[in-house]
Amino acid sequence: MSTAAIVPHGTSEEWKLPSRGIVGMACLIAAESAVFIIFVVAYIYYLGKSLSGPSPHDVLELPILTTICLLSSSITVHFAVAALRKGKTSMCSLWLAATVLLGSIFLAGTGHEWYQLIYRDGLTIRTNLFGTTFYSLVGLHASHVIVGLVLLALALVFSLSGKVTEEHAERLEVLSLYWHFVDAVWVVVFTVVYVLGR
Amino acid sequence: MATQTPVSPVADRTTALRPSGRMLEVLHEWVTTVDHKKIGLMYIAYALVFMLIAGVQALLMRIQLAVPNNHFVSPQEFNRLFTMHGTTMVFFVGMPILFGFGNYLVPLMIGARDMAFPRLNAFSFWIAGFGGLLLYFSYFAGSGLYAAGTAPDVGWFAYAPLTARAFSPGHSTDYWTLGVLLSGIGTIGTALNIVTTTICMRCPGMKMSRMPLLVWLYFVTCCMVFVAVSPLTAAQIMLMIDRYLGGHFFDTQAGGSAVLWMHFFWIFGHPEVYILVLPAFGFANEIIPVFSRKAIFGYPAMVGATVGIGFISLSVWAHHMFSVGLGPGANAFFTFATMVISVPTGIKIFNWLATLWGGNIHFTTSMMFAVGFLFQFLIAGLTGIMLSVAPFDWQLTGSYFVVAHFHYVLVGAILFMIFSAFYYWFPKMSGRVLVEKLGKWHFWLFLIGFHLTFDFMHIPGMLGMPRRIYTYEADRGWAMWNMIISSGAVLQAIAILIFVYNMVWSYFKGPVAGPDPWDAWTLEWTTTSPPPAYNFAVLPTVESRRPLWDLKHPEDPDSNYE
Repeated sequence: MSTAAIVPHGTSEEWKLPSRGIVGMACLIAAESAVFIIFVVAYIYYLGKSLSGPSPHDVLELPILTTICLLSSSITVHFAVAALRKGKTSMCSLWLAATVLLGSIFLAGTGHEWYQLIYRDGLTIRTNLFGTTFYSLVGLHASHVIVGLVLLALALVFSLSGKVTEEHAERLEVLSLYWHFVDAVWVVVFTVVYVLGR
Repeated sequence: MATQTPVSPVADRTTALRPSGRMLEVLHEWVTTVDHKKIGLMYIAYALVFMLIAGVQALLMRIQLAVPNNHFVSPQEFNRLFTMHGTTMVFFVGMPILFGFGNYLVPLMIGARDMAFPRLNAFSFWIAGFGGLLLYFSYFAGSGLYAAGTAPDVGWFAYAPLTARAFSPGHSTDYWTLGVLLSGIGTIGTALNIVTTTICMRCPGMKMSRMPLLVWLYFVTCCMVFVAVSPLTAAQIMLMIDRYLGGHFFDTQAGGSAVLWMHFFWIFGHPEVYILVLPAFGFANEIIPVFSRKAIFGYPAMVGATVGIGFISLSVWAHHMFSVGLGPGANAFFTFATMVISVPTGIKIFNWLATLWGGNIHFTTSMMFAVGFLFQFLIAGLTGIMLSVAPFDWQLTGSYFVVAHFHYVLVGAILFMIFSAFYYWFPKMSGRVLVEKLGKWHFWLFLIGFHLTFDFMHIPGMLGMPRRIYTYEADRGWAMWNMIISSGAVLQAIAILIFVYNMVWSYFKGPVAGPDPWDAWTLEWTTTSPPPAYNFAVLPTVESRRPLWDLKHPEDPDSNYE
């Protein structure tokens, strides 16, 4: 401590603080995690407590393909950030496009699954506790996927129009953190809803 | 400003640019501002308006309960009054006033020019403000567009299944849900902003270990907001799904659980108490040392105790639910956790006492409120320990004893510290000192009124008077106590009016404060009062926990001792 008092200018040059964007996104992720935890707890709490059918075992199928798509989109967005860091903007566009495509496949898969559940199995949010908790939890996640896709598509548009350069790498990294979070939540939802809860 | 020559922070006397000209321009400037100080002041003003409204609601309830068999308000209106009073005071007074001070003080205290995300800051304020308006709009539109409105009447914790469509028809409960939901979104935004500001915007040399304790307290509070307020947001979304989409989360007839709502609400509700009280502790951490003319005693212990409270407060929620019948295991755990939290709280009280010990204590109005806080917070903590014991709680839960206990915390501790903070920082915010003579009147009247109301409120509680009843029979033996309680409420109302008058009068004619009226030690006192839009012409460099002491006493800086 006493050395710091003698050299007052030494500190200002070494004074480095974390990036605002990353810390802010970490805070948002913490808050969002708490929201998801409550929905997951409600899902687990109400497992098997529905007074009428259908039950998860009757109607749910493992969404293997869409899960693979969503999880690999985490890798592609990581490559997009890495490419932008090296200044390869066209590679960045390519990886971003791949991410948007994979995310869209996941979303389409969820849409298809819901269509089947509603029109084939007659399960709606009103049917029973399983319907209420299932559509809420998966829907909450899907709405986060939609937000992420809109943001990624915006980044892609900017990237294609040549407005994204190396200096924006950190901003893209903040967005990629959000996308990784959405993927991580899906791992939990997949495990709880489709593996353990079935 | 770019051509200005560098000056040392304490010598920075540049005045803020005065808003020139017409009302409309001034209004436009305030509505579009992203300046943390203006947003902070708007938060405080907004909270004060709601405090007056919710205070009037409390007075109406006390008039109704002053004598037995009273018909001053109808039972339905009484239900609306306590619902709106509780919701308003927690979400639209407590949170915004504390975030107002946080917004104003945190960047100044860490030597920053603004918050990390100024536009998010403005968004959070306006969305929370909109939530408050939506809640009160229910008075006009609660029954839908075709009929006269009613306010929500489900209680501030809105237990299921009372909130189901069958039992709460119309839209008043929806206004409650939406108002609280929006306030929660604003709260999370501001908390995110304060945490990021604290981590990323500190001036050179302002290590975490040198931050003013107020900043530490706000940092921990805001981290708690993420894990405490988000569950409430989630629960409100579930309630909306139940009410609008026909879901069954809290629909007991379809297998849903009313107890689950209680859990979700109190997972928010109890940490919320600490979210409200920790900033009040932060005020005490700044004000008590300055008016004792001593550095705070036990800085690391204070930080440790704060973080400890933050963690433990997340595991005490079910002490609100002992009467549900959680089973002996859960009862024992939550009794234990609730008692354990008094240990870090006790550390804080002893540290404040040790700061006072041997100090040259200046009894300004601010300090008097702080000392009142110390005593009253101790008593509030003691009744808290009584209620933490499950068998004792079974006897008194839902009685006026509980109402007395939590008002002792919310009024006796938090509101007293908020008043103390007003007297301490009003000079910085307005450039003028609040008049001490009026302040003393405010303090003594409020102190007497507070003790008349809330000391005596414990007694009808122990005599079995339940909370939320709109009237009672004369032969219960509660009449005298209720009359004393209500007369205390009138004294408090008079004291508040003096305070409001004092603020208005002092704003125009109070003694001019100068940059540092209290001879204090933290960075906000190095700029002018009120500070310029950019806070500091030159970003300060910090060598110790009391940078302004170092500037005033270069021969004996604090950095020699830390």
